[in-house]
Amino acid sequence: MPLEIESRTSIESEEGLPVEELVVNVGPSHPSTHGVGRVVVHLDGEIVVRADPVIGYLHRGIEKMAENRTYLQVVPLTDRLDYVGSMYANWAYCRAVERLADIRVPERAEYLRVIVCELQRIASHMMGVGASAADTGAFTMFIYAFDVRERVIELFETLCGARLTYNYVRPGGVSQDAPEGWTDDVLAFCAAMPEQLSEMDTLFFGNTIARGRLKGIGVLSAEDAVSWGASGPTARASGVNWDLRKHDPYSVYPRMEFDVVVGERGDAYDRGRVKLLECYESASIIVQAISQMTRGAYKADGLQRLITPPAGDAYDHIESARGSLGVYLVSDGSPRPYRMKVRSPAFCNLSLLPMLAVGHTLSDLVVILGSLDPVFGEIDR
Amino acid sequence: MSGFVWGLVVGLASGLVIAVAALIGVWAERKIAARIQMRYGPQEAGPAGLLQTLADTIKLVLKEDITPTQADVRVFRVAPFLVFVPIAASLAVVPFAAGWAPFNIASGALFFLAVPSLSVVGVLLAGWSSRNTYASIGGVRGAAQMVSYELPRTLTVLSLCVLAGTVSTVGIHDAFRWWWLPLNIVGFLVYFISSLAELNRGPFDLPEAESELVAGYFADYSGIRWAIFMMAEYGGIVAASLFGAALFFGGGLGLPGVFGALAFMAIAGFIAIAMIWVKWTFPRMRSDQLMNLAWKVLTPMALVQLLIAGVVAAWL
Repeated sequence: MPLEIESRTSIESEEGLPVEELVVNVGPSHPSTHGVGRVVVHLDGEIVVRADPVIGYLHRGIEKMAENRTYLQVVPLTDRLDYVGSMYANWAYCRAVERLADIRVPERAEYLRVIVCELQRIASHMMGVGASAADTGAFTMFIYAFDVRERVIELFETLCGARLTYNYVRPGGVSQDAPEGWTDDVLAFCAAMPEQLSEMDTLFFGNTIARGRLKGIGVLSAEDAVSWGASGPTARASGVNWDLRKHDPYSVYPRMEFDVVVGERGDAYDRGRVKLLECYESASIIVQAISQMTRGAYKADGLQRLITPPAGDAYDHIESARGSLGVYLVSDGSPRPYRMKVRSPAFCNLSLLPMLAVGHTLSDLVVILGSLDPVFGEIDR
Repeated sequence: MSGFVWGLVVGLASGLVIAVAALIGVWAERKIAARIQMRYGPQEAGPAGLLQTLADTIKLVLKEDITPTQADVRVFRVAPFLVFVPIAASLAVVPFAAGWAPFNIASGALFFLAVPSLSVVGVLLAGWSSRNTYASIGGVRGAAQMVSYELPRTLTVLSLCVLAGTVSTVGIHDAFRWWWLPLNIVGFLVYFISSLAELNRGPFDLPEAESELVAGYFADYSGIRWAIFMMAEYGGIVAASLFGAALFFGGGLGLPGVFGALAFMAIAGFIAIAMIWVKWTFPRMRSDQLMNLAWKVLTPMALVQLLIAGVVAAWL
């Protein structure tokens, strides 16, 4: 749909005076668009009449680039999809490759994948909670959340040397085994984190102004969440009990005991708080995974560098921090994928914005956008 | 004629006071915010980073003063001064010591309430003349907010006038009795909150709300004109804390001589620090919530305070 920025609809005022909508172009370079998002907002006073997200500013053609690379060379590309949670895209892609080429993954690698992905969930949710707090002006909460995120990033740095683009999960296993003593550091982090989380809970979610800003803002009903394809914390905050780790279990998740955090009201407050509470569950999963993990191989034996799956297609999805992240691969029997398609949860969640923002103020628009936790690397691909 | 010369002296002095206060204030705000956020803040330039603001000021003065091509040039250029000058002028009636203010005028309290609110014109014009949607929204928000918070702020100062039986700031300062403290506690809270809103400080910094409006009414300003907006903000903090200490706490709680002066500085300093503290702890309010707070909470509270003050004054 072509966007006509200059077209302004005139609104009839009660006195019969001509009143025009104010068109505000929020983004792509704006403090609250979480990267390079852009929303063309039509305002009546401060009330949003229409909000059109414009995407594509971070389009790098990752799906197309994947067609010219070998299966192993695609993994670093997937790092750049959801750059706040690179481990998820790594894993979703590797699961699709493993399904396509029928590769068996050793148990230790599965445990390591679960540990890094739950750590990633904490890191990603801290970004989501912190950034949406910063959208309401609570910049201190942002720094507190980033302190927790930084601890996770340091653990990842020890594990694989990278802070953002890990390239850690590989077809058939992981890139390297955990270094000596790494699991102790992870356990120490998991023991210290709940206190920091509850401090943030009181600082921000217990604050009267924050409650006033977030409660009842951008209410998403459970029916809408399902029919618009929302997933992850966005859907769960609306009361949709849907978590792939529980309802389509993969890897070693069936052996873990954890609760799915489900909200009630589906507003920005619930979306934020569901993320915060999920971090407690993630910490408990990590502790269980470390206690169950045994020594062994960290990648599949005898796996060739040049993976050549038979012709066919495969789809696999995992529960990322933003929802159901799926990768669909088509192979023509050559060592390069014929087609890769990413099912991006952030894209589906962002598509809710025009519906949720209408009737709220411009201040609420950024809060709603932040609560949907968009990462444009994954939306634009 | 001597009044004119004295006016020039006071004008220059209050400009200088605000400039120095802004230098220290920016540094203090960055240090306090850093402490709240588990950071260090400025620490490289000078001892404990004290010279950081000076370096920033030199940078700002040397920067290009950009005027947007679409802007209403003359209004755009003059707007920062329209914000700054009224706030600087309000320092002229601060009762710094018993019986003395730079300008001891009979209607000092009215002057203090009326003159700084003229800066709303500057905010509105800055937003309007920029020809930028963010700036326009910021300017209009600022105008609405500053006008609304005039009322509770005026009412709290009015209850002091009723107690003291005068509208002279020096008179209120000198009439201070210790039992004013418990009596005016609600009034002081309302004064503090309304001052935050008057100054567009967090949690009421909607006109400049960086996450929504980028920088609001001064989004298009750069260099020295931007610095003047910042000076006006810190000048406003200084004025609000000095008046808060002078009127509600009788300057130095009525203590004599040096103790009084020290107590005065300590109380004013604490009010200023509390303003920074609040900003870095709370999220920002929304415009309708802001109006609700002003009209449904603060104004009734200020009216009750005025009633109490009136009853007490009549009973005495």
